[in-house]
Amino acid sequence: MNPTLLAVVTLAAVLFCIGLVGVLIRRNALIIFMCVELMLNAANLLFVAFAWAHGGLDGQVAAFFVMVVAAAEVVVGLSIIVAVYRARRTTSVDVPDALRL
Amino acid sequence: MIALETVAPVIEWQSLSPVLIVLGGACLGVIWEGVLPRRLRNPFQIVTLLAAIIGALTMLTLNFLHASLATDAATSVDPKVGLLAVGTLCSDGPSMAAWFALLVFGGLALLIFGDRQLNQGASAFASAAATTPGSDEEQLADTIGREHTEVYALGLFSLAGMMVFVAANDLITMFIALEVMSLPLYLLAAIARRKRLLSQEAALKYFLLGAFASAFFLFGAALIYGYSGSFQWAGIDSAISGGSTSGVAVVTFGDGILITGVALLAVGLLFKMGAVPFQSWVPDVYTGSPTPVTGWMAVGVKIAAILGMMRVFYVALGGIRWTWQPVIAVVAVLTMVVGVIMALAQTNIKRLLAYSAVSHAGFILTAVVGTQFYVGAGQLNAIGSVMFYLIGYGFATIAGFAIIMMVRRGSAEAWDLDDWAGIGVKNPVVGVLFAIVLLSFAGIPLTAGFIGKWAVFTSAWTGGYWWLAVVGIAFSLVAAYLYLKVLIKMFFAPPAEGVRVAKASPFVWIPVIISTIATLILGLLPGPVMQWLSTLEIFIR
Repeated sequence: MNPTLLAVVTLAAVLFCIGLVGVLIRRNALIIFMCVELMLNAANLLFVAFAWAHGGLDGQVAAFFVMVVAAAEVVVGLSIIVAVYRARRTTSVDVPDALRL
Repeated sequence: MIALETVAPVIEWQSLSPVLIVLGGACLGVIWEGVLPRRLRNPFQIVTLLAAIIGALTMLTLNFLHASLATDAATSVDPKVGLLAVGTLCSDGPSMAAWFALLVFGGLALLIFGDRQLNQGASAFASAAATTPGSDEEQLADTIGREHTEVYALGLFSLAGMMVFVAANDLITMFIALEVMSLPLYLLAAIARRKRLLSQEAALKYFLLGAFASAFFLFGAALIYGYSGSFQWAGIDSAISGGSTSGVAVVTFGDGILITGVALLAVGLLFKMGAVPFQSWVPDVYTGSPTPVTGWMAVGVKIAAILGMMRVFYVALGGIRWTWQPVIAVVAVLTMVVGVIMALAQTNIKRLLAYSAVSHAGFILTAVVGTQFYVGAGQLNAIGSVMFYLIGYGFATIAGFAIIMMVRRGSAEAWDLDDWAGIGVKNPVVGVLFAIVLLSFAGIPLTAGFIGKWAVFTSAWTGGYWWLAVVGIAFSLVAAYLYLKVLIKMFFAPPAEGVRVAKASPFVWIPVIISTIATLILGLLPGPVMQWLSTLEIFIR
């Protein structure tokens, strides 16, 4: 039993759930995207916490990889959101609804 | 003071060369965009694409032959089996077979990007994706003939991501490969020339849901790392089968973090292959994306996601097989049911094929659940049968979406199913080719689809999941009705007014002809390919 690890992992789980709920209930594409980033950061916290618990470095290295990937994702994601915004003057995910059953 | 000694990593350049060549071709494509005048870019990009694919295939064949020859020379170790690049990639039978398949499909599908005839001298991609649809800038870009030739480079990047994904030997490599494969596809989905609002909407949905699924994958990976203390499959496996009880994370949290981690990881993987309940993006993204991109992502992502999932679940998580098998079995049933039923309700040919892709993921999952490893010599186990299915599905899908590009109302693609009435009479060649595609999807004998379905259901049955095979056969029959319905409409309904089969360039015709011929050959003479796959169906640990 390791109380510090328990605390950090609980924090990571809470952050992940905040991001998860945010993605599900918010309707603004930018906020949804920020919530996804929050989920990625929760995973980063977990990597670092477990790397500390296991006494290895690979978890910390993983966190760096995730940061780079998240940055690349921002580039692609914002470009798509901006393109949609310019065409429709909104970032709401409910307005683009041409593709339906 | 500790002396820091850095040992230079050993990189197996030759074994890695297929991936490196594809990545090099993609980088070269980016350079062409920067240094060449506009009119030269397209030819340079196409030559680079072909050179990269052919070069990578040549190196892969050389590696493969060299490996086989060395085995014959009485060496006890098969050199094509091993870990590459300091244990981040596996070179084994399934990854070699998947690389062959991905390179061939990549070559065929990305070649279709080069067509300039179906859109009257323009490509299938927006002339300038940054302009607002309907604006003066867009008109200007159309008039002066601007175009995006980066699409080939983006396609090659996604191909490289898929190749790494199927061969990944640890969770982080797999995550990076997942993103390298997905990010170019998000962009490609957004830049259709026609129906741009639809295309942008599809990209938005694909991106937000894809990033959401990646976050699940990553959190699951972190939990599994916490449980096992290792990112590599072998380390995870030994922690699971050794009943890891000493690790500090396990002492604090118990086995729960492993199960939670596996569940979250599975969400990420099942999303990518479009399995129910994570299928909602599939119809929208397949419909809204430019049709050549739809063909590529339908084939490439599915191959990568399913083989990647098999590698994780068999090699790393084989020790808790009894826990994940029932869950994936339920997912397989749901995927078949929802895919087939929803496809029956569609009136749009692209959406119909999208739901059909969902149902095919379900059929494939039956063999994944079966986990049938040990079969007689020359027979296909779970991995071999899934690979055969994916190869047959890949050829049919590439041909199918390429033919959808040809059938047009006015100058736009005719997606409405009613517009397809009588196409087989108007243009018998295209009609017969599309009929072969549909028959293969339906699993009618003498096509690749039949042999593939036979292989996966046999594998599921002998693996102990006979009820899943029965459900699979039942829903294949329902699905067959669906495809035959389209077929009858194409040949026997009164022809629709104003719809024609447009003249396409060889960039479309060559992939269509090769794919349909391959579909027939795999159905008539499956022996050699099955024999070949049966030597390549063991994952290394």
